[in-house]
Amino acid sequence: MKSNFLRGMNHGIPIALGYLSVSFGFGILAVESGLSVLQSSVISASNLTSAGQIAGVGVIAAGGTLLEMILVQLVINIRYSLMALSLSQKLDRSFTAPHRLLASYGITDEIFAVCSAQKGTITPAYMYGMILISMAGWVLGTFLGASAGEVLPDSVTAAMGIVLYGMFLAIIIPPSRKKKSVLFVTVIAALLSVLFKYVLTMISGGFAVIICAIAAAGLGALLFPVSDEEEEAGE
Amino acid sequence: MTVAVYIFVMAAVTYIIRMVPFTFFRKKIKSRFVRSFLKYIPYAVLSAMTIPAIFTSTGNVVTSVVGTLVAVVLAFFDLPLIVVALAASASAFITGLFI
Repeated sequence: MKSNFLRGMNHGIPIALGYLSVSFGFGILAVESGLSVLQSSVISASNLTSAGQIAGVGVIAAGGTLLEMILVQLVINIRYSLMALSLSQKLDRSFTAPHRLLASYGITDEIFAVCSAQKGTITPAYMYGMILISMAGWVLGTFLGASAGEVLPDSVTAAMGIVLYGMFLAIIIPPSRKKKSVLFVTVIAALLSVLFKYVLTMISGGFAVIICAIAAAGLGALLFPVSDEEEEAGE
Repeated sequence: MTVAVYIFVMAAVTYIIRMVPFTFFRKKIKSRFVRSFLKYIPYAVLSAMTIPAIFTSTGNVVTSVVGTLVAVVLAFFDLPLIVVALAASASAFITGLFI
């Protein structure tokens, strides 16, 4: 149990470092939008998501309705439902309902990505270790950004903007190199994403990611259905 | 309306979205198509989120592209996540010093 927890923490270090830099920016933005340091930190601790929080602060600052808040969060964060569903297929037998209720709080893009890249099943302890250290980075970064503002030179915070994307590439490139099917899915998703960004600009970013992911993964599943042996190998 | 109410609603919606499928979906999925789909979803989501956003992630296209190239090469050789992530950032920072 304990070693799984520590392994999870260890695997969460790059996530925590990435979060520290990204949430620093969120902290600055939240205070600029009129929130206090405490409110900004509570948002980060209770939501643990980047795009949803930024949009949520926008709704608060604009004095929007609660319905608008609900819709914005639904659209931007609905991708977590797909991730949760995907991850639910990978859980160890020790993942009982209370553990699921607790650990579901920590399904972020990055935690999901690292968990799905693991061979075999996921234990609660492993996820808790990863969630704990990632959340610490996310909340600490928000607190520092909100309270200290611009302590770091711009050149450093700017360069930190690429950390999480670099990690994403490190997750998708090795399997793309080894498997034609994964390469196909990542290339289709990337092409669609470029299309939405520069041509179909009326679709919001949150929706665009959902459409790209469903289309690319759906095509991949049609053309390259996985065999049972492949799944047992933990791919 | 107080900010606390907004924060509560925001957090509740985000939690429910994650919790419902994670907690109530206990069966192993039989359909080969659905299992394949769910296997490919992580790669599709991450790819769509990374491209093209990574090329403007540092606020400067040149430093972003250099960081991206470094990340692609290191990831191609299977280096650990943290090494790839920090090398991308460091190379973007160093490039920024020269432009």
